[in-house]
This record gives sequence, C-alpha cells and structure tokens, in this order.
Amino acid sequence: MPGSWTSAATSRPRASRASSGGIRAVILNFSALDYMNSGGIGLLVTLLVRANRQKQRLCAYGLNEHYRQIFELTRLDEAIAIYDSEQAAVGAAR
Amino acid sequence: MSGRDEAYWAKPVRTLTVRTVPADAVNANVAGRRVAGAAQGFGQLWHKRFRVRLDGARVSPQEVIRVWKDRFGDFWPKGARVFLPATGIAPGEIGLINAGVPGAPTLATGILVIYADDVSFSFISPEGHPFTGPISFSAFDDDGTTVAEVEEFTRASDPLWELLMILPFVGGKIQNAQWVGTLGNLAAHWGAAADVETRIVCLDRGRQWSQAKNVWHNAGIHSAIHAIGAPLRRVARRVD
Repeated sequence: MPGSWTSAATSRPRASRASSGGIRAVILNFSALDYMNSGGIGLLVTLLVRANRQKQRLCAYGLNEHYRQIFELTRLDEAIAIYDSEQAAVGAAR
Repeated sequence: MSGRDEAYWAKPVRTLTVRTVPADAVNANVAGRRVAGAAQGFGQLWHKRFRVRLDGARVSPQEVIRVWKDRFGDFWPKGARVFLPATGIAPGEIGLINAGVPGAPTLATGILVIYADDVSFSFISPEGHPFTGPISFSAFDDDGTTVAEVEEFTRASDPLWELLMILPFVGGKIQNAQWVGTLGNLAAHWGAAADVETRIVCLDRGRQWSQAKNVWHNAGIHSAIHAIGAPLRRVARRVD
C-alpha cells in the first residue's frame, strides 16, 4: 500500500486485481501508511464490498496505533480483520 | 511511524456524549449510542457523489471549506436543522440534527465529526440514523475552478429505513435533494450557478440481514416516542 490512502489512492487498481476470482483472502499492508483522509475510508468500504461479493476475507496488518484507532472509530475493525504481522494475517487466511 | 493526518481525526468513542443542548433542539437518539459505519448498516450500499463547480467565483478550496464549516446549517435546505457546538466542525465534535417530516414528529438524530482538515470534513452517524456510513464534504481545484463536493458511502440502517429508501418520492430522494439543495445554496453564496452534478452508484445490492436488528434503534420510532413523552417531561420539570 502507498504512504497516502485517499479516495485517489494509486493502489486501487492493484487492489481491484487482487479481488478477482480464485483468491480466498485479500491482505492489505498498511506499514508504509502515513496519511489517510476520509476518502480512504470510502475506498476501504468499496474494497470490503468487493471482497464480500467474491466471498473473500479482507484482512489488514501493519497498522500503527493511530490507524487502528481510525478503524475502531469507523467500526471497520468489525468487518476487516486486523493482524500484527503479515505472517499472522497469512496464517489466518489459510 | 505516526500519521501526518493525526490531528485531523477524532479519537474513537465507545458511545456518544452530548455536552451542550441548545434550548430549541430536540436531543434524542444520540447520547449513549454507538456510531454506525457502512459495515453495520442493513440496506443496499450506495456511493453517492454530488458536485458543484463554483464557476466565476474567485474562492480557494480552503475558503469554501472554512465558510462551509462556519455556516454548515445555513446552507441546508429548509426543513432540517443542525445544531453544532460553539467550537464548530472539528474532530470529535457532535452535532444534533432535527429534521421536519410532514405529518410526523421531528426526527431527532445527530452526527459525529470524524475528520476535518482545511479542505474537507466528514461525519458518521449514530445508531438509528436513517443511514450508516461516512459522509464527506470537500472542495478542490479543478483547472482553476473550485469544486465543492459531498460524497457518501451509505446503507439504510435498518429494514424500515430501507423500505422508505426504495419508495418513490421519499427516502433516498429526500436525502439526495438535501445535498443537491445544500450545494446549490453553497454555489449561490459565491454567485455561481446551482448546477449540481449527481453520480449515484449502487455498490452492493444485497441486504445485510444480520443487521436487521438495528430497527430497535430506529430514530424515527424513538423520536415518536420522545414526542409522546414531551408533555410528561414538561410537567416533571415544573414539579422540580
């Protein structure tokens, strides 16, 4: 994922490809994230819907305390599973 | 690494607390409630975007947002009022909304400001509000012209609100007219034409039946109960 996560995030096309068929889970790496505005929440909602439609799990890791709090604030943490590491996210997705 | 955006976001809250209530505001369906995001809603998920170009207006996106924040309720079409704290639209602040519904008690609900910077701000609503999900208000420069935008990712919060949404002339149409009217008034403030571009896309046609229980929080039902109890509360206040 890029450092900025907004409605214009460049990761959208990659995430779109990742949510195509044959994949059980989509794991988002937020470790480089240092900027997100509310447009980023809309983008996450869109990714979540796409994943649900494909019967995929949407997972995230690499979130610092601030971004974990944003997930909690918007209650996205109840729909997107958050893990401490890539290893934990991959393990849970298997 | 902490975010560059940290100052713009509200801190998470378990339940909402209303600190000040204007004398003429109906305060119901906000205090003690949790916020509800798009994932907690019931109905179809809609991505709605409303835009107006402030053609001819020499105003920066920052100035549009500064004025919009200061006079947010003034730009609303007639019929609904929003009561914001004196501190205005800032992360973590809570506003009360009183919406007039023909033939029904005032619909009392509210918003939590989850994000605010100098070119945008966003709300999320408490449980029971007609919609769940973030609504953002922003302004940006498009080739020398400032554009004001309202964008929402919302679901009807429960089956009753969803039923209203799919009825012609009510529900979703009222909500859409709210933002078209708001942007029209905003454009008029700067002498621009109220030519609002609307883009509405259904992102998820499915209903989240696991969230049907949200009907217990329905702000319409609770507003009606609140209105019925108003005379009793007035008597109780006199006795005190």
